[in-house]
Formats: sequence, C-alpha cells, structure tokens
Amino acid sequence: MNKPKVAIFDFAGCEGCQLQIVNMEEEILDLISIVRLVEWREGMSEQSEEYDVAIVEGSITRPQDEEKLRQIRGRAKILVALGACATDGGVNKMKNRFDLQEVKQVVYGADSALPHLDSAPTKAVDEVVPVDYKIYGCPIDRREFAYVVRSLVMGKRPEIPNYPVCVECKRKENVCRYEYQEICLGPITRAGCDARCPSFGTWCFGCRGSVDESNVQAAREVMERYGKNVEDLEDRMLLFSNK
Amino acid sequence: MNKKVDVHHVTRIEGHGNILVNVQSGVIEQVEWQVPEAPRFFEAMVRGRSWEDLQTIVSRICGICSISHSLACIKGIESAMRIPVSEQTDRLRLLAHYSEQVQSHVLHVGYLVAPDMLGAKSVIPLVQTHFDVVKTVIKLHRMANSWSDLLTGRTTHPITFKPGGFSKIPSETELRGLRVMLSEAVPDLTSLVDVLVSLADLLPAFERETEYVALVQPDRYTFYEGSIGSTDMAEATPLTEFESVVNEYVSTQSTAKWARWHRDSYAVGALARYNLNSAYLKPLAKDIARTFDLETRRHNPYFNTLAQVVECAHIVESALELIDELLAAGLRQEIPQVEPQAGEGVGCVEAPRGILFHRYVFDEQGRCTSANMSIPTNQNHGNIQRDMEALLPQIVDRSEEEIRLWLEMLVRAYDPCISCSTHYLHVKFV
Repeated sequence: MNKPKVAIFDFAGCEGCQLQIVNMEEEILDLISIVRLVEWREGMSEQSEEYDVAIVEGSITRPQDEEKLRQIRGRAKILVALGACATDGGVNKMKNRFDLQEVKQVVYGADSALPHLDSAPTKAVDEVVPVDYKIYGCPIDRREFAYVVRSLVMGKRPEIPNYPVCVECKRKENVCRYEYQEICLGPITRAGCDARCPSFGTWCFGCRGSVDESNVQAAREVMERYGKNVEDLEDRMLLFSNK
Repeated sequence: MNKKVDVHHVTRIEGHGNILVNVQSGVIEQVEWQVPEAPRFFEAMVRGRSWEDLQTIVSRICGICSISHSLACIKGIESAMRIPVSEQTDRLRLLAHYSEQVQSHVLHVGYLVAPDMLGAKSVIPLVQTHFDVVKTVIKLHRMANSWSDLLTGRTTHPITFKPGGFSKIPSETELRGLRVMLSEAVPDLTSLVDVLVSLADLLPAFERETEYVALVQPDRYTFYEGSIGSTDMAEATPLTEFESVVNEYVSTQSTAKWARWHRDSYAVGALARYNLNSAYLKPLAKDIARTFDLETRRHNPYFNTLAQVVECAHIVESALELIDELLAAGLRQEIPQVEPQAGEGVGCVEAPRGILFHRYVFDEQGRCTSANMSIPTNQNHGNIQRDMEALLPQIVDRSEEEIRLWLEMLVRAYDPCISCSTHYLHVKFV
C-alpha cells in the first residue's frame, strides 16, 4: 500500500494546534509510520509540492494567503482544517467587528498605511476553499487528531460529535456552571472535548464552535431559568463563534 | 565571488521569518532579517471584552507561551482592579509558570535545535540515529506537559487561571506525585547535558556583547515578578514604565514591531536572564553552566540554547522547593472574589523567550478599553539583525550552504516565537 503523503501548513494563528501534534510525543511516531510526512515548516526543513492530504492550521487574513491556500487546495486530494482558527476563524475573527483601518491604526499608529502591514477581514478556511474534514477546538484535542488521521488513512469518514458539551458534562457529573451564576456556552457548543473547562471549574467558552443545529430554544430556557439574558450569552459567543 | 542566500520561511521555528543575503564580489550588499507573519491585531480586538474573558483571548496570542501571556494578563487585571491574591495562589501560579519554561525550552533544544547540532533536517531521522537522545527529550517534554496539565487544566491555553485565584487547584496527593515526577527528571536532564556538552564546541564561536534585559529581584533568579533589569543600568526600572524600555518602532522589514533601549537593539531570553541573574542559580544549574563554560560564552547568542538547559535544571530544583512549601502550608480551596472596577494596570512575567509586558485599561463595568503588549520576540528582532550584520563579514568566505546554516541557526538560537507578535522565518540569498 502506498502511504498517503501528508503536508502541514499554517496561516494566522498561535500554532498551538501544531504544538498538540508535537505533544503526542512517541505516538506521533506511530502516526508518521502510516503516512509520509512531506512538509511541516514548524518541525522539519524538508518541503514538497506533492501531497495527498493537506492539514491547514490558522485563519486567512490576507489576499496573498488566500492565493497560497488555493494552491494548496489544488494540489491536495483531501484538505483538513485544523483547529478553531481554521474551522471557524477563531479569536482572529473578533477583528472583523471593527473598522479595519481603525484596527491597524490602534496597533501600528502613524505607520499603519505601510503596505506590508496590510490585512483583510479574517476568514475561516472554508470561506476560501472547500474543506473535507474539520478538527475542532482551541486547541485541538490530540486524541481526536490521531483518530481523524487514522480514519483518513483507512479510507473511513471520522465521526465527530454533533451534540452539545452539556451531554459530556452531565456524563462527568459536573455541577452545572449556571448553578454558579456563570454564563456557560455548553448548551450550544459542539462536544468532543470531554467538557474540559467545566471539569476544571469554569464555563465553556465555545472553542469548538456551535453544533450544526443548535437548540437555541433550549439555551434560551436555560438562560431564563437562571435569570440571565441572551445578550450576555451572545457577548461571550464573540470569542469563538463569529461565523 | 557572488553569493545569494534566500531562506523564505525559516523552518523549525515558531512562526514565519525570512533571511535575505546578497554578496557581490565579496562585498556585502544586503543582510536582512524579515518578519512577514500575518498580523492579528490583538491589542485592537480585545477592546470591549469583559475582564472575565480577557485571559481566554490573549492566551491565544501564542500556543507555546500561553501560560506566560495568561499570567501577564491576569496580573494586569489584578493590578488595574486592585485584586489581592493569596500566597498559595502566587506559589501555584509560579509552579505552573515553571512548567511552561521547561515545556518550551525542551521543545526548542530537543526538537528544533538538536537536528542542527546532530546534522539532521528534523528530529524524525534522529529516531534512527540518536534514539537515546530522542527518548530522553520526549520523556522530559512529556513530563513538562503533564506538569502543566495538572496546574492549568491542559498543556496549551490554561483553563484554571482566574483573576484573584484559581478555578481549580490540584490535590496534595497530586502535588506529591508531581514531586516524584520532577525528582525523576533530574537524571534525564543530566544525561541531556552530557550529550549537549560534547556538541557545544560545534556551535559557532561568535561573540557580540549587547544590552541584556530581564526581570530582576534582589535575591533570586526570577521569572514571575520583580522589576526590569538591564546590563547597561545599575538601577532597575519599575514595570509600569515598560514603554520607556521597549521604545517600539515599526520596521519596513517586519510586520512585528522592533525595540531598542540604550543601544540600537537589546536581547531578552534565557541568555539575558543568565547575564543578569546567574548569581542566584541553584546548585545543579550552576554546575551545568560551568560544564558548558557559559560564563565565558555569555555574549555568544548561539549559547542561548544552552542557557535554556541551565534554566531547566534551576527550575526543577526551584519547583521541588516550591512544592515542599505548598505542602508544608497545606492547600486550601479559595474562591476568587472580584468586584470589577475601572483602572489601569501592567502585568509582566518572563516568557520562555524573554520579558513580556501587558498593559490594560478598564471601564467601571470591567470592560477593556485599551491594551498594549510588548512581546519578547519583537524585542529581539533588532538584535538578531545586528548579530547578522556582525556575523556575516566573519563568515562571508564560507560556502552559501554554510552561511545559510549559520544564519538559520542564529535565528533558531533566539527561539523566536513569531506568531506571538504576529509570525516569521525564510533565508533568502538574492
């Protein structure tokens, strides 16, 4: 069997999702044994223009990056969006709420007109090119990454949860964060993280994005029951759910 | 003879950077360190966000130093809103902060720099040729990661840090487990030192004394608190005056801002910390520094990598003491109590790559109205450029390949973390 050639690329982001791949430690060696890793700038010096699977981290914020992404898409049979910046635009999308000229002014002051500092509204990868698979989260979960890569190598479609974090949170017998008077995005956020934040004593901030058909009515009822208003929920949704 | 080096996106660094060299008939026409990373505008984006969500957002500035960014942010909020924290909270935060230094240093030394020292293009072929070294690196890296997991809820982007305290703290049993794990890491560290000491002489013998800037405290090698020290100054500078230290400016070579203080440029990071604080290293760390002969090489930027190894030892030794103090005092569940209020505050810690500053202003509801951050890698950009200008004439007679490798290794030695600023690394010989 020919091992699929895999290349990893990064656009605007913190590179924390690539770091989770490194953090798999020796397990990464198992994964590397079932694929041929041909390009990964952060981890190795080799480069390649031939690959079957492109794994793309980061959001797209400049016209030249859109061009590069289209080129990658053109070469890859399968394109995987890695992490919240790639799947949903991530925190980088908060920028789109402001006037772009003003944003540049705030950061670069009088120099903001210099051409190399140009920036466009932030896009998720699938707002530029078609995406075949998404690995959600900020950062991604290492086990989910390994599972998706294995599934792709075996030619199977990975099953990603499409139910809210509350399901996992209940299973872990956590006390609901609303009982602590907090605004938790668990009711509308895609599970798959094992309710990690509520399990460490705080609210879900929605890093895996919304479930495909979120039960907004149920979320409203939760808000009402605890005397919270939807505006507070929407305010917190600005962090990771700016699609 | 003409030489061109064009490294477009230097590999094995965090973020995107380019090196451009042009030598015509032996005359250096151009040597440039460029930073083309896509800017992300965090300082503008956080405006309007609640004090409760700020750490979650700014942690995402950097996947590798997310704990440092989170701590700088939380300290900034606490200073702006005059929120007191307990001694236990400070100790647990410092313990978490230490874990990130080791995570980051081991990643840099083991996965990004070691391939250069062992003549490989990445760590992957080293599995075949230097299995024991790779095994030790993996073991240390995993140790540091699970150390962060325990204190912050995960390896990257901490969950448990809150203004005023923690959302969850480890149990005493878990701390005892951590203590065992840390003591077991000591032999791994010393075996890594044995490997590195034989390779240290292969590092370029390049010296360029510069201004070194780091946090300082009267009695310790500090990462978490203190004031701003410089090798050019007898007196330390208060954190609140950090803007007068970094003097940021926009370079046409870079989307990231550059910095300068008493000279054209200054350096931050492990070597800067060593240059300012080495008197306070713990015994094993002192031994390792002596083994590397770091004192006589303290102006060689390539030795930043080995200063990181010295710090790993110092941190493990310090963390063991810290755990003993925590256990002796006994852990208490404390619930952070915060009433948001208007104010302005600065938070500062040493990120693995150097001193990191955050400043925030809040309105009465605790919403952020303005933010300013100075990132260590940005503070180093100017110094990398000056190093290249000083180094190239010394090696201009060598082959393009060698020039390229030395310049790439120089950049890697600084352990740049470009996505922080925004990103960078390619070498271009034009």
